[in-house]
Amino acid sequence: MAAIGLSPATLNGGQKLAMKYFTVAIALFGAQVLFGLLAGLQYIYPDFLYGILDFSVNRMLHINAMVVWLLFGFIGSVYWLLEDEAGVPIVGIGLANLIFWIFTLAVVVVVLVFLLVQVGPGEQSSIWLINEGREYIEAPRWADIGIVVCVLAFFYNVAGTFMKGKFTNIGGVLVMDLVALAGIYLAGMYYTPNISMDQHWWWWVIHLWVEATWEVLVGCLMAYGLIKTMGVRRKIVETWLYIEVALMFGSGILGLGHHYFWIGTPEYWFTIGGFFSALEPVPLVAMVVHAVFDAGHHKLKSTNNPALAWIIAQAFGNFLGAGVWGFMHTLPQINLYTHGTQWTASHGHLAFFGAYATMVIAFLYIALQKWRGDVYMSGNLMGAWKWKWAIFLLHAGMITMVMALLISGYEQSQIERAVEGSSWMGYFAAQGHRWFMQGMFWRQIGGWVFTAGFVLLAWDLMTIGKRETRPALQVQGE
Amino acid sequence: MSQTQALWWASESFWRKTAIWVTAGSFVVLIFLTFDTVKQITAGGKRVPAYATALNNRIDYVFDDKRNFQVPVIGPEEPLFGKKLTEAEAEALVSHGKLTTQAKNCMDCHTLLGNGAYFAPDLTKAWLDPAWGSKESREQSMVEFLMNPTDKLHNALGRRMPNLGITEEEAHATVAFLKWMSSIDTNGFPANFKPIDQADPEPAAEPVAETAAADPAADADPAQQ
Repeated sequence: MAAIGLSPATLNGGQKLAMKYFTVAIALFGAQVLFGLLAGLQYIYPDFLYGILDFSVNRMLHINAMVVWLLFGFIGSVYWLLEDEAGVPIVGIGLANLIFWIFTLAVVVVVLVFLLVQVGPGEQSSIWLINEGREYIEAPRWADIGIVVCVLAFFYNVAGTFMKGKFTNIGGVLVMDLVALAGIYLAGMYYTPNISMDQHWWWWVIHLWVEATWEVLVGCLMAYGLIKTMGVRRKIVETWLYIEVALMFGSGILGLGHHYFWIGTPEYWFTIGGFFSALEPVPLVAMVVHAVFDAGHHKLKSTNNPALAWIIAQAFGNFLGAGVWGFMHTLPQINLYTHGTQWTASHGHLAFFGAYATMVIAFLYIALQKWRGDVYMSGNLMGAWKWKWAIFLLHAGMITMVMALLISGYEQSQIERAVEGSSWMGYFAAQGHRWFMQGMFWRQIGGWVFTAGFVLLAWDLMTIGKRETRPALQVQGE
Repeated sequence: MSQTQALWWASESFWRKTAIWVTAGSFVVLIFLTFDTVKQITAGGKRVPAYATALNNRIDYVFDDKRNFQVPVIGPEEPLFGKKLTEAEAEALVSHGKLTTQAKNCMDCHTLLGNGAYFAPDLTKAWLDPAWGSKESREQSMVEFLMNPTDKLHNALGRRMPNLGITEEEAHATVAFLKWMSSIDTNGFPANFKPIDQADPEPAAEPVAETAAADPAADADPAQQ
């Protein structure tokens, strides 16, 4: 195609598969942005798409597209590094390819049902076939089972490959993490009429995925990314990885308690949840120190500047979005007034973008560099303005959204919660307040800026390195 | 190199062991707490009333001086829709209501126990919300609202609940679910909530109705019209 040409031949089996996962991930990222824009517009124009694509549908698709694109991004990233780490070809690559198509097809079916059927009668058949109606894990039960099957097959590939080849420390942590990831998902797969019980186990999935196992997974990806882009010594990276795992699980597992303040669960969770969730930012600080120290130590000299930029963005985004924004409203004394307000939306946006989207994007650049034939991606890169503007616009849009939502959240927790005592009238008094609506307006502006950044990112991913003839810079490895 | 070897606290093996012990330790503590928590939140347990207890009696939300926040209180007998239920009947009804809330995806606009989306009001204490006007008309208002919410102006914003095809039977069950949910001990969430007046009808019942009608924010009343 281009001067140096595409050389998928240089990719190993897992990496070819990873490219497929990445392609679907980016398409779903686009879907997430689109449905986010629609849902945001409905705050400003309540009649927009009313009765056709209601807020609940847009919001569900916005969030589920995010969960699935990040999962696809993670799975792709792990397949990308698997053979490289283990030193042997992937065990069961045929199965892995089959599972990719099944998984993708299942996602398409679920999305179509969400869009076209939307709701069902209040019977078991609805939660099996249409919509489970539980935030983040709305996918119907048949799809839950499919997800578990896919994750088990994925686990078989990963564990099998490491067992056949060499078990690096990154590999070991990864395998243990995947056991937890698959096991915890089962906690969300049952029905109970008891809403307290329902939410109690539901948090096992949501919290222990997002605030524990996903964090460790990106820790592994970060470790590999630092070795690849800057040639950081493996021993340093892996020691840091263990420190992060210790801190992450040490704070995150019992940090689960901060979701148990108000759902009917006992009062001792105030103390446990407050204390351990206050510690949750600590590992994120460690990750910043780690990434930034390494980058400084290597004088920002990397084989892949866009990837390094996104890795640094991840370190800060994770710390600010998950750490600081989470801590701001995690103690019960403040959470009583902020729980279930736009504070949560503000935190959710910055945390998922900062901690996870950034890491997957970094991996996309690492992957594209090799896919293009190990081309040059360091300083003075051709067309570098695209990735630079993309990273800038995505961050500018995200920060605008996050600040706007936070201001709306302040107003909501003051007026609806503190003053009006959370009655329906209090809710609408707060929602109609000028300060709230200003927040919604600026959130939408931020959304458009973010969309522009996404379009530029997609364009850059399709074109970066296409006409590049210089070979990749070599860094001193290990 | 030998220097790095000497720093045991910076060694890989030390942190590997620490990671394993910390993770295992935290998990064991979590399992112990989970056993206790599950016991307390089982329906009929310490913090979540049995289904029939909640449906057959008045539920109130009263400030508790000792705990320093509002707690649900089971009041005198006041069966939902005037029909006393056995525990099995009550559980079946609440379950049908819960299934309805899931199948209609309520949680992607509303919050339940504060969890969900933020496009519509929290439903934790929806049963006790003063917006329903009077205690006498509440059940019927809720059923009518759930079945046909589109033409009812909920607020000055123009935000409306869509018609989700909720049948009368599903609406009854959903109201039962909401009544039962309002009886869960949520550690004082939401705070400072002023429940609907549920005092027994006395001769002075009329002024109560008048106050509700004259409320300046009555356009936020979903039970109106």
